[in-house]
Amino acid sequence: MNSRTLLILAGVAILAVAPVFVYPMLIVKLLCFALFASAFNLMLGYTGLLSFGHAMFFGIAGYVLGLGMKHLGWPPEVGLLAGMAGAALLGLIAGAIAIRREGIYFAMITLAISQLIYFIAMQVEWTGRDDGLHGIPRGHLFGIIDLSNDFALYGLVAVCFVLALAGIRRIVTSPFGQVLTAIRENEPRAISLGYDVERYKVMAFVLSAALSGLAGGLKALALSYESLNDLHWSLSGEVVMMCILGGLGTLSGPVVGAFFVIVLQNFLADKVGEWLSVIIGLVFLFCILAMRKGFVGEFTDRLSSLRKKQRAAS
Amino acid sequence: MTEIFGVPAQVLYGQLLLGLVNGSFYALLSLGLSVIFGLLNIVNFAHGTMYMLGAFLAYALLMPLGLGYWWAFILVPLVAGGIGIIIERTILHRIYGLDNIYGLLVTFGLTMVIEGLVRVYFGVSGLRYPVPASLSGMLDLGFMRLPVYRVWVIVAALGLCLVTWLVIERTRLGATLRAGTENPKLVQAFGVNVPLLVTLVFGWGVGLAALAGVLAAPLMQLTPQIGHSIIITVFGVVVIGGMGSILGSILSGLTLGVLEGVAKVYYPEASSTVIFVVMILVLLVRPHGLFGKQ
Repeated sequence: MNSRTLLILAGVAILAVAPVFVYPMLIVKLLCFALFASAFNLMLGYTGLLSFGHAMFFGIAGYVLGLGMKHLGWPPEVGLLAGMAGAALLGLIAGAIAIRREGIYFAMITLAISQLIYFIAMQVEWTGRDDGLHGIPRGHLFGIIDLSNDFALYGLVAVCFVLALAGIRRIVTSPFGQVLTAIRENEPRAISLGYDVERYKVMAFVLSAALSGLAGGLKALALSYESLNDLHWSLSGEVVMMCILGGLGTLSGPVVGAFFVIVLQNFLADKVGEWLSVIIGLVFLFCILAMRKGFVGEFTDRLSSLRKKQRAAS
Repeated sequence: MTEIFGVPAQVLYGQLLLGLVNGSFYALLSLGLSVIFGLLNIVNFAHGTMYMLGAFLAYALLMPLGLGYWWAFILVPLVAGGIGIIIERTILHRIYGLDNIYGLLVTFGLTMVIEGLVRVYFGVSGLRYPVPASLSGMLDLGFMRLPVYRVWVIVAALGLCLVTWLVIERTRLGATLRAGTENPKLVQAFGVNVPLLVTLVFGWGVGLAALAGVLAAPLMQLTPQIGHSIIITVFGVVVIGGMGSILGSILSGLTLGVLEGVAKVYYPEASSTVIFVVMILVLLVRPHGLFGKQ
């Protein structure tokens, strides 16, 4: 058994026993944002595209799930899938538009589109506008498992999280994922090799949107509540930060980054008040200026250089 | 009373004027954004924050220090420009060699820090900045009455845009600047101090944004959030106009502001979204923007 499988097994074991020690709803929140950040990483980390509007996918899935379950009586599994489908469809449209410009414009366009979605959601009646969408029922998973139990819900979120992360790993190691990396490293070269780069970019965007939608749907289901905050651009900024702090283009980086940001917010919110965003902003600035690979990237770099030294010594 | 397409003419004129005012701000901000992007290759996310900071600095000069509007008009751009120069020297110059998404990310981080500090010192509730006595009152044109201050904002903002345009297109300094945008290494080889030029341009752009904030201060409730809603809209404007041309920034800023005003009269629900819808349409028809270069 190699160290990687051991690590994965240890992670799953921690997930399994964690709710006994920590309030399960806090871990649910952590996992939702970790999943969101991992989905985002598929874009920025592996394809090299900075989307500054990813909250629109997170939020839209929450609204689709919330409306379907509250008014149409959908079971949770249908709500989650519909949320993902809604996010994917929005991803397809937004991606097809944003892809028409490159580089930094891509970020500006995604930000503008998400702001458009935000304003629309603020004006239509069925989102509940500023009040949010309250009283989303958790329902029964597959008609049998009652999700109103926090532990059952935690189980669902944990399983979705593990499956989604495995899926992301599968995507990035597949030939498709290799093409994405090639686009990130050298786009003209990928084009000259005959890849339809635009199509790959849109596909990455759609996949990332769908998984962000899964995260948003799970969060809405867990909290029985969806609000405009989940569509707001500041959440898009937050997920960018989580990814960069943790380490772009690594599997565990976004998870670590998301945990770091959420835990920091939870512990500091009532202690430092308005200083919170100053502190997080400074940490983020420091990270970009001094350790661009993020926590995980720096850690593995140190580790491998340490190993080299040991090998050289022995 | 005359009506235009079922709307009283007075209401339409009023909204057109408001649209022009907003458009002047869009023009000023997208102009600064374009010039900074041209030379630094950084999309300054903090541009809206500097606009917000300008308004709050004006307030800070008035409230504890008792220095009025005209003092603010001179001092605030200098102070903000100074802050911009410090930021450029200490932070931005470290990321010039990197992919330009890092420029956006660093300035996003700066936005969080500066906005957080403003929240800490001024709180989140809206503050009011009075219209200066010398610019209050109404101008009667016969068919409509104009608030003097709004007219002043349009004149001042367009004047600033025009001066910037003249400096860049018609002076020797501007020629060096344009050359620096085109090929910084070559310009440096000719003995021009390009890093100094870069610092000054950033300071100028930031000062311009802060001055826009001073102009806007008497027109709205001052909250720390006013910076980001405007920067996202200005991003839309910049995508529509393209960042290549100065006149393009000014024209698209004004036009889109007016369009917003018209939307407010005929279809109020769309007024906050119309710029983004136009952006999408432009992207579909002319992906490089109306005035953009490849």
